[in-house]
Amino acid sequence: MKVALFIPCFVNELYPHVAMATAELLEGYGVDVHYPLAQSCCGQPLSNNGDSQGACDAARRFTGIFKDYDYIVSPSGSCTSHVKHHYGWYLSGDSDYQAMQPRVYEIVEFLQDVLKVEKLPKPVYFPHTVSIHQSCHGLRELHHAAPSELMIPYHSRLERILQLVDGIEVKQPERRDECCGFGGTFSVDEPEVSVAMGEDRVAQHEATGAQYIVGADPSCLMHMGGIIRHRCRPIRPLHIVEILTGRGGAA
Amino acid sequence: MKNDNIHHAEAAAAFLQDREQARWHDSAIWWVRQKRDMQAKQLPEWEQLRALAQQIKAHTLSRLDDYLLQFQANAEKNGVTVHWAADADEHNRIVQGILAAEGVKKLVKSKSMLTEECGLNPYLEQHGIEVIDTDLGERIVQLRQEPPSHIVMPAIHLKKEQISELFHRELGTEAGNNDPTYLTHAARANLREHFLTADAGLTGVNFAIAETGGVVVCTNEGNADLGTALPPIHIASMGLEKIIPRLEHLGVFTRLLARSAIGSPITTYTSHFHRARPGGQMHIVIVDNGRSDILGNDDFYQSLRCIRCGACMNTCPVYRRSTGHSYSYIIPGPIGSTLGPSRDIKKHGSMAFACTTCGSCSNVCPVKINLHEQLVLQRKRAFDAGTLKPAKKMGLLAMRFLTQHPSLMDSGGKVMRKVVPIVPESLTRHSAWSRPGRALPEMPEQSFKEMWQARQKDKKA
Repeated sequence: MKVALFIPCFVNELYPHVAMATAELLEGYGVDVHYPLAQSCCGQPLSNNGDSQGACDAARRFTGIFKDYDYIVSPSGSCTSHVKHHYGWYLSGDSDYQAMQPRVYEIVEFLQDVLKVEKLPKPVYFPHTVSIHQSCHGLRELHHAAPSELMIPYHSRLERILQLVDGIEVKQPERRDECCGFGGTFSVDEPEVSVAMGEDRVAQHEATGAQYIVGADPSCLMHMGGIIRHRCRPIRPLHIVEILTGRGGAA
Repeated sequence: MKNDNIHHAEAAAAFLQDREQARWHDSAIWWVRQKRDMQAKQLPEWEQLRALAQQIKAHTLSRLDDYLLQFQANAEKNGVTVHWAADADEHNRIVQGILAAEGVKKLVKSKSMLTEECGLNPYLEQHGIEVIDTDLGERIVQLRQEPPSHIVMPAIHLKKEQISELFHRELGTEAGNNDPTYLTHAARANLREHFLTADAGLTGVNFAIAETGGVVVCTNEGNADLGTALPPIHIASMGLEKIIPRLEHLGVFTRLLARSAIGSPITTYTSHFHRARPGGQMHIVIVDNGRSDILGNDDFYQSLRCIRCGACMNTCPVYRRSTGHSYSYIIPGPIGSTLGPSRDIKKHGSMAFACTTCGSCSNVCPVKINLHEQLVLQRKRAFDAGTLKPAKKMGLLAMRFLTQHPSLMDSGGKVMRKVVPIVPESLTRHSAWSRPGRALPEMPEQSFKEMWQARQKDKKA
């Protein structure tokens, strides 16, 4: 099984340890992991700002680079969702894209739905309390959990996979899936609203008594992390792959 | 009327200066969202109801001309006069014409976002007709001479102390008496006078039933009923998307409407109007005002399914932290941020960007409009219409270029990682990222690409 890592551009630069944990996690399950060096950005910032030409070029480029792998796996729900659910705006009739689309996965989905994992590659003991951050695109576009708005049976991929970790206590913040306010370029277009939302979100995570905020989207964690650092708060954001590889405490 | 020059980001930043008021606003509206959740949870068929409502509206929009003509024919059979208005001006002229013909001096109005959209109040006032808004929230914003900040709860941005002050000034209530019951009674007494002395009543329309030619108005205060029962003339103004085919479809929508809007099982009054009372007149004005253009647009026609419940506003984390007054179009929040840009992208372009694309609005919408996607699609129009600020446009074009040239992107990333740690904080403190209280991320030594390449080399060695 040839799996290509799709590492979002900002993760490549700012969160290389998250990307490496993703690779190691997959390798731990015996997956043949590749990292196509020609990749750049999936084009979501262009699409979200109305640059359809730029977004279309990016989508076409991405498809050319990734189409021949068995699976494409990424540690970001938002970037995965853009490729999986919004490239259709730009490449609606493209047969390469249509063939690739079902093989694009966010890492937790891939572990649960394709590898169907029932234990971690190496046992992990993480004796801490974590508060789950359901990032919006993972939640509402990839269906990582039952969104609070929909009257459907409750489920949560992140909670389910964290059951494989020993010693961990998992909490949910009040308003269990309210947006943190990052929103890509929204964070700098409307910085005051963005930070006001983030401050409220961090406070809700803190109120659970957790030492860590755990999520599957590095962008939300970057935004909340910036607010936490600015306010010198003790709580720490962690990407879920950092916990699943046993690197969480070290960060 | 609203000031078209409002830029959402700037207005929201100003609103957030008073964090205490902003937090109160957020909590007050979140409470309504929670009430909605509680009501929705009690109906096991909630999600099927939403799907059914979506399908009924989708079907109706696909045959809108047929249903409108059927509605007109049936309303006329009931003796109602039906008028067609292509735009806001024509709507206002028709209403003024009806009122002038009967020598009307005072009009009582129940809540109608359409008349806000058309700017009816100032138009009639210019023609010497006094207009009294009779919905309590609408009355409050009318007395304050400001637009509603929410389509269902027009004065939700105000605390009871602010209303007490306003009523003391305008209605002569006791200074400093903030008791909501006392204030409501004062407003009721004042409005009762107006109901008794008005010459005509105007209502909005929640649903117009093609099969019967009747219109349905949902209120919680009974003001539409008083406003149509006391004066002899009733004018009902409706957007042309308000049609549903048959009476049997109404229950699907009334079950969804109040639960979605305010978390009540139903509105206190669901009033059906079919004909004028003996000796009176009933007019229905059907307004297009840009709706046909939206209907013809593949990306946005779904927005015409909207039943104006306001649930998307209540759930929107940006709306709750910026108030309806930060949006340039008369309808704020997610639905306004597609309807406003559809009307005029140059005036209302900033609304399409007042969104993190969290998608909560699309999930609460009782008619399943793809709201958050529509906002992103409106941004294409904003980009193409040249409404983006030049610096932002430059940034995007640079990003577009770098996306196609990863080696340049890598070099840029490397420079960032090396330079940011040595730049004094005093230089970055005023950046849009850091200004409101958000530190820059820590810069790692190596990118993942560098780490990966080194690792591959080690493996081979």
